[in-house]
Amino acid sequence: MKNWGFKIAKPRIIDLDTANTKAFEELCEKVPSAKRCIMCGACTATCSAANHTSFNFRKCNIMFRRGQFEGLAEELDKCMFCGKCKLVCPRAVNTRAFIYNMRIFLNDLNYKNIK
Amino acid sequence: MNYSHFILPFSIGAIILFVIIIVKFTKWFRLLDRKQKYFIKRNIFTTKTISATIEAFREALIHRNIYKKNPLLGYMHMSLAFGWFLLIVVGKIEASVYSGTFFEEPWLAIFFKYFAREPHNFWGAKFFTFTMDFLLLIILSGLALAIIKRFRSKILGLKKATKHIIYDKIALSALWLIFPLRLLAESSTAALVQNGGFLTGGLGSLFPQQFAQAIELPLWWAYSISLFVFFVSLPFSRYMHIPTEVALIFLRKWGATEGEQYSGLTNFEINSCSRCGICIDACQLNFSANINNVQSVYFIRDTRYNKISDLVANNCLLCGRCTEACPVGLELTQIRQQLRTKTEVPGKHYYDYCKVEPTKNKTDVIYFAGCMTHLTPSIILAMKNIFSAANEKVWFMDEEKGICCGRPLRQQGFVQQSKDLVSKNTKLISSSGAKLLVSSCPICCKSFKEEYALDIEIMHHSEYIKMLIDEKRIKLNKSELNIVFHDPCELGRGLNIYKQPRQVLSKVGKLVNTEFDEKDSLCCGGSLANTIIELDSQLKIRDDVLQILAKDNPDVLATACPLCKKTFTRNYKGKVMDIAEIVSNFLSLQNNSKKEGKKEEEKILISQ
Repeated sequence: MKNWGFKIAKPRIIDLDTANTKAFEELCEKVPSAKRCIMCGACTATCSAANHTSFNFRKCNIMFRRGQFEGLAEELDKCMFCGKCKLVCPRAVNTRAFIYNMRIFLNDLNYKNIK
Repeated sequence: MNYSHFILPFSIGAIILFVIIIVKFTKWFRLLDRKQKYFIKRNIFTTKTISATIEAFREALIHRNIYKKNPLLGYMHMSLAFGWFLLIVVGKIEASVYSGTFFEEPWLAIFFKYFAREPHNFWGAKFFTFTMDFLLLIILSGLALAIIKRFRSKILGLKKATKHIIYDKIALSALWLIFPLRLLAESSTAALVQNGGFLTGGLGSLFPQQFAQAIELPLWWAYSISLFVFFVSLPFSRYMHIPTEVALIFLRKWGATEGEQYSGLTNFEINSCSRCGICIDACQLNFSANINNVQSVYFIRDTRYNKISDLVANNCLLCGRCTEACPVGLELTQIRQQLRTKTEVPGKHYYDYCKVEPTKNKTDVIYFAGCMTHLTPSIILAMKNIFSAANEKVWFMDEEKGICCGRPLRQQGFVQQSKDLVSKNTKLISSSGAKLLVSSCPICCKSFKEEYALDIEIMHHSEYIKMLIDEKRIKLNKSELNIVFHDPCELGRGLNIYKQPRQVLSKVGKLVNTEFDEKDSLCCGGSLANTIIELDSQLKIRDDVLQILAKDNPDVLATACPLCKKTFTRNYKGKVMDIAEIVSNFLSLQNNSKKEGKKEEEKILISQ
């Protein structure tokens, strides 16, 4: 009976008082096209990484907007940066720059040779 | 002893200059990586050193590369560099002959006319006096051109001149003052003691005696001080390229090459940049998109003074046009990639979710379409068609679950991640036991050739098709189509493949040349390497390129890169086709090669 296909979902309340929504605003300054996204999911449909695993750029995008950073860095590390998503985007969002900046923000990545 | 107090600024300046240069060179030399040091040790005592000397003479003094860019600009550089060099050499010989010893005071040559205060009658005096005046005249003519260039750079073939920083301006002012001051100082001495040539003597004869007496010493002082200012500001300004470029030529000849990592050689390279600004005119971000602060000259300058921002480092298409244009031959795109490199997390693997299992497909040829090609399925279809026409058994490696080649990650500085993908693809490729890998994407192709250590042959599909034609495994129908070929950056400047696609295309139609071909070819603007650029700037670049390519209304605009094709198709009314598609359309089937079939095919092609 244990595995009967249904389970109780975890509560998915987003507390907007504590959520960090500033991160997305900052990102929009660097990648203004991010604001244009209509969440159509074309990027996810064409994604090379999504072909292998459950990586989902659209989901990452929503999580980042809402300030849900838990596990997001590991998720973004799955991206191969091939750039197909950028070419299929009907709203011409620079998805690559979007992921690039999210990665840098979340992973605290630094430049090796830039002080 | 020939001594006067005014030699002090010059002597102190020269000592400071040499000490700083030696300290800097030693520091950079230590930073060279192991491979570079190994090559230098191996080649230092071979004939390569002699050829480096010749090369240094040609490039650092005469600078043929600038002559190729613009003869007037070349003359300007040569008159200053070579003229000054000869002035020093001839001056030294003159001073040695005059004093009868090779070891006279080192400053005697510099201030010779002041110390040799009598009409010159020593052996060869007339020759020396004339030569020195003549050289000074040549330098002054170059200086005049340099001043014109500062205000009207177009006359010397530069549309945009570099914006200089304060160090450069100080050094530049000092340099501009040195030669006019020398002329005036020598003339005033010549007015007093009649030891001048046609130039200094001629000018001196115009000076009244008392006036000459009054200004002689102040002028020699001013000359010495301007030398001091130039020498002291040289290591901190763009004029550091004078000693560094010579060192760089030697290092290169000895076999040191830029690697993945920022190294001592990078330091030599960034200090060899003379900020001439030739790269500004080459950059499409400048002339199409009007972005004027990120060009290689500014990028290298900011790197050198540790002021580089990620905004400048990342705002570049990595098309390689500046690398091609650079008269010093700096590896600008490589340095940009070095700077983009991110810190690594030791031992971390990023792409374990890609399950790599040894393949059961044992064929001689692998076809790797590449991510971008999957967005232009017509290229894949065309390639399949060509493979079957040539009876080639092929394993389509990334048909279902392809893994990216890793180059896009590397271009963004994620080197560790990129290596992860490289190892995965390498496992797959080596498990197939193939001898040849064909890729439709120049980006992947470059990656396979340079970043993978594969022991199989790697070809772009244009090379492969060329090979098939040469081996007579496929036959093509000739048509009357006018074809313009657009060289993709990564295929042309990246891999030096210019001829093969042209040879293939000339088999099916008539190739039309454009204004920017081969090494001068433009970037389509779709490059993935730039994460900063805005969409409208990218579109401006694309539209400018299309305007140039479509000038003669070709029947087909051919390219060899899926990304270029994808970029162009969106705003071009005519036909944009990949070279594989064109070949596939003109494949002559063995029994169907009559003229009617050919015409039909042509119709189909144009109506498509």
